[in-house]
Amino acid sequence: MFDLVSFIPRAVVQSIPLLYGATGETLTEKSGNLNLGIPGIMYVGGICGVIGAFLYEQSAGGQLDPLLAVAIPMTASLAGSALMGLLYCFLTVTLRANQNVTGLAMTTFGVGFGNFFGGSLIKLTGSEVPSIALSATSACFSAKLPFADSLGWFGKIFLSYGFLAYLAIFLALVTAYVLRHTRTGLHLRAVGENPATADAAGINITRYKYTATVIGSMIAGLGGLYYVMDYASGVWSNDAFGDRGWLAIALVIFTSWRPNVGIPAAILFGGLYILYLFVPTGMNLSVKELYKMLPYLVTIVVLVITSMRDKRENQPPASLGQAYFREDR
Amino acid sequence: MTKPRTNPLFHISKRKEITLRESASIRAGAILLALAACALVTTALTGENPIAVYGTMWHGAFGTTRKIWILLQNMALLLCVSLAVTPAFKMRFWNIGAEGQTLMGGLATAACMILLGDKLPNPVLIPLMFVLSCAAGAVWGGIPAVCKAKWGTNETLFTLMMNYVATQLVAYFVIVWEVPKGAGKIGIINQSTEAGWLPQLAGQKYLLNVLIVAVLTGLMYIYLSRSKQGYEIAVVGESERTARYVGIKVEKVIVRTMLLSGALCGLAGFLLVAGTDHTITTTIAGGRGFTAVMVSWLAGFNPLNMVLTSFLLVLLDRGAAEISTDFGLNHAFGDILTGIILFFIIGSEFFARYEIRFRKSAGKEG
Amino acid sequence: MDNNIPAISVRNITKSFGSVLANDQINLDIYRGEILALLGENGSGKTTLMNMLSGIYFPDDGQILIDGEPAVIAAPKDAYRFGIGMIHQHFKLVEVMTAAENIVLGLKEPGRLNLEAVGRKIQDICREYGFEVDPNQKVYDMSVSQKQTVEIVKALYRGADILILDEPTAVLTPQEAEKLFAVLRNMRAAGKAVVIITHKLHEVEEISDRVAVLNHGRFVGDVATRRTNAQEMTNMMVGHAVSLNIQRPDPVDPKPRIQVQGLTVRGADGVVKLEDVTFTANSGEILGIAGISGCGQKELLEAIAGLQKVDKGSIRYVEDNGSFCELIGKDPMEISAMGVALSFVPEDRLGMGLVGNMDLTDNMMLRSFRRGRGAFTDRRAPRKLAEDVVRELDVNTPSLSTPVRRLSGGNVQKVLVGREIASAPTVLLTAYAVRGLDIHSSHTIYNLINKQKQSGVAVVYVGEDLDVLLELCDRILVLCGGRVSGILDGRTATKNQVGLMMTTLGGAEDHD
Repeated sequence: MFDLVSFIPRAVVQSIPLLYGATGETLTEKSGNLNLGIPGIMYVGGICGVIGAFLYEQSAGGQLDPLLAVAIPMTASLAGSALMGLLYCFLTVTLRANQNVTGLAMTTFGVGFGNFFGGSLIKLTGSEVPSIALSATSACFSAKLPFADSLGWFGKIFLSYGFLAYLAIFLALVTAYVLRHTRTGLHLRAVGENPATADAAGINITRYKYTATVIGSMIAGLGGLYYVMDYASGVWSNDAFGDRGWLAIALVIFTSWRPNVGIPAAILFGGLYILYLFVPTGMNLSVKELYKMLPYLVTIVVLVITSMRDKRENQPPASLGQAYFREDR
Repeated sequence: MTKPRTNPLFHISKRKEITLRESASIRAGAILLALAACALVTTALTGENPIAVYGTMWHGAFGTTRKIWILLQNMALLLCVSLAVTPAFKMRFWNIGAEGQTLMGGLATAACMILLGDKLPNPVLIPLMFVLSCAAGAVWGGIPAVCKAKWGTNETLFTLMMNYVATQLVAYFVIVWEVPKGAGKIGIINQSTEAGWLPQLAGQKYLLNVLIVAVLTGLMYIYLSRSKQGYEIAVVGESERTARYVGIKVEKVIVRTMLLSGALCGLAGFLLVAGTDHTITTTIAGGRGFTAVMVSWLAGFNPLNMVLTSFLLVLLDRGAAEISTDFGLNHAFGDILTGIILFFIIGSEFFARYEIRFRKSAGKEG
Repeated sequence: MDNNIPAISVRNITKSFGSVLANDQINLDIYRGEILALLGENGSGKTTLMNMLSGIYFPDDGQILIDGEPAVIAAPKDAYRFGIGMIHQHFKLVEVMTAAENIVLGLKEPGRLNLEAVGRKIQDICREYGFEVDPNQKVYDMSVSQKQTVEIVKALYRGADILILDEPTAVLTPQEAEKLFAVLRNMRAAGKAVVIITHKLHEVEEISDRVAVLNHGRFVGDVATRRTNAQEMTNMMVGHAVSLNIQRPDPVDPKPRIQVQGLTVRGADGVVKLEDVTFTANSGEILGIAGISGCGQKELLEAIAGLQKVDKGSIRYVEDNGSFCELIGKDPMEISAMGVALSFVPEDRLGMGLVGNMDLTDNMMLRSFRRGRGAFTDRRAPRKLAEDVVRELDVNTPSLSTPVRRLSGGNVQKVLVGREIASAPTVLLTAYAVRGLDIHSSHTIYNLINKQKQSGVAVVYVGEDLDVLLELCDRILVLCGGRVSGILDGRTATKNQVGLMMTTLGGAEDHD
């Protein structure tokens, strides 16, 4: 039989990086910036966390302060992805470069950055460890509530995750609330829909684009951090993060730019991503590869259907992908 | 009362005109700055003298005849994909699905080689491979185009998603055809018979690929600048309203151009599988679909300029690979350098398109 | 507030776009409790000037004083801070948001965003001045007039006491315009300064207290409305007494060429744009189309040119021998394939008629690039044509390979008209052919059109300047709200008559 109790937690842990990425990208896209650098930024977020943790573990020599063990990698991760966000904004907002090209260049750079430091960190620091395995730091990140195990299936489904998982859900809810119900969110949506109008209404386009994109990048970067510190138990292997960044962008479309819908949708995607492990296909391994196609196919279907129905609310932000120049005439 | 503010110090406006000399010097300056930045980064990480580092890069790209051929081969394939995406870009159709379209072309080629390799002679097999891989790429590019033409579906996101569908499709067939069972990969196809392998010209493994792409570059230049269809593409890209006004069927042009774009990506897949790698993997396109976007854009969508831009990017990649091996660094170091140089070039576009004027009457006013 | 200190003083404001001097040393005072009409022809710099007050543009030179104090308006938010609210011709609203969301957009009110409270405040404003707005309606569901109302409420909501309206009546029906004027009078009574940009004299007379006139980017003067008259204002607007001296040769052997019967067209939003329009355009004759902007001129021309979906009716192209073919349902290619030589000079020159980023030669090719059988284009003929147009129409361009967007408005239009008449048309449709052009260029265009007429072309001339229509056209069809208000003889019709028919169907009701 299909084992839901073990399936759901695995779907959830798969979903968390996607949810971070999607929340960050939604926030970014709402400002009219189509940041195709998100996959790269998630790599940078991950590797910066790894670097922070690695340096701390090396210097602490086995005795980790749990608070610092969490705070240092997290700060490093946030700083790294924030810098990437700043770079994207500088190029696309201040210098008005093409967003697609900039995003793709950032992904090239970010993935390269991650793999480079992942592969060369040991050599560069002259350490004497065989591989990057930050299990001590990872233990701090994936610490669960002590009584979770005693609660049976309930504990397994709802309480078996590290704190970053709950933070992802919390951030998605906060982002959804901010976008829908606050002045800031209203202004941000206006910037993405119609920057000329927002500008005329006295909204500082540049500031909103920068802020939303940098915060969005930081949130997305946490997805990379969660992946390596919690999901992968502190072991960095090159390219292991895979195409989750692109899947996060798919998720943004799938949810029609609604971060709260992103929570169940990410779990659905996470489920689809690992469904092949749970479907009895016998010896036929190949079919499993077809199952991995599902998230993308579903996204395409959603994208086409929303464009066919032409319902205004479900469309991408109207100015998505375009630079704004006030005196364009 | 509100406090009086000083006037903005400078003012940005669109350039009316830029001379060839100005635009060339802006770009050259950007590349020089980028190289300096790369040298700084490299020195910081390796502790080597930057000049030595660039010497190593040069050696990596041109050091031996074999290296030059690899450089040319890589350049040919990147250029081929870049040429493929260019008509779509000129039409302002952001096809970032070249990766998937190339994969589908490669998949079709591999399928022919595996399934028909022992049934058909090469003179029949190779043209069939060629046609089918172009068709596969065209279908992959055509689907988003039809949806764009009919319902205005966002093509950037659609083509992006199609990449991953293609990847998984390839992953599926890799396992179906894996040799030996359980290996998870196909290995070299028809190693003994060389059925479906592109012939070697003058004993050079890569010469045919390079020649094909060279011809393609010329053809694409003529197509875009001299043909009626190329003219239609330019008009649609500039203004759909003008296109409709002169009776151009915009939907038809979008679909037709994307079929062409996809077919050429399929051709790149064909060259990759039949001409060089003789196998198929999910990563065989190697990110060229994305790099091609930058090659094409940096060249201002001009096929002749693309020879230069693709050369630049491949040179960097090969050079950085050499640095990585020489200094025992990870191969991904090349991506970092490529990224840095791209950032500089992308940023420099601003100075080619806008001018900054400083205000005379800045500061206080009477 | 002391009424003698102007709410806004503009001192020596200069602004240029590239080589075009849009505002040249302008001085202007705006007072509270007064409605000021800013009058000027299209392209005289009215909107540019007001855009500098609302922070869209920043002046190259000069100074703005608010209540006597020097002020810098570098961004729209500065304008709001000074209480300046501008209602643009193209509404600045976010379509997917509700009225209330649009109205509070950009405000930094204290406390949480409470859209219900906003809605109540909106209702208060509406009651005070007599508007109707549903705060929860999405903008994309609104009519043009409703959108304008949202814009005005938006300005008032943020406490604007200097209200600038850019050609507010251009898109309104006469009834809606009356409602708007009533609101503006309420605002004046409440002590607000109101500026209304317009080029319609009857509106100036009806609503304003004072009128300021711009001409070619220069300030001509201002005068109390009750102390002036239409003639004087016209003189100020155009710089000298209107005597355009446009030639009007007699029609050459007029025969029916285009017969339009019961034409009904709906816009994309389902609104009726043209209703039961019937007329005939003859060969060798200029048929003028008059009407306030947006009352179906664009749809009419585009329907004939095969660019507009038609609901009902027929458009026939009639040959000299009386045989005819139906144009409805055909696209421009099919129309020309039937052998109908139809040329169209659209209103939007660079967005529709030409490709701004292409050079002269390539733009000449737009109509003819399909010629010849091969897959390749032939650039020799277009280059020759470009040379001819440049020489004969005296186009001022650095070279044939200059992108047309770099040319000035008049030269752009010459290129466009030159191309359209080069194909030896039998029907020539023109929309606002001289908009934004100087007198000299305008006359070049009139002469070209007259030449076409004399060679037997059926010309349809959509214009906005009634003086031109009256001097140039043989017959004038007046549109009012998408219906034919009447067809007049150009030689006997008076300006008053046409103006009346533009605002009232049939012109029956005595307006004054």
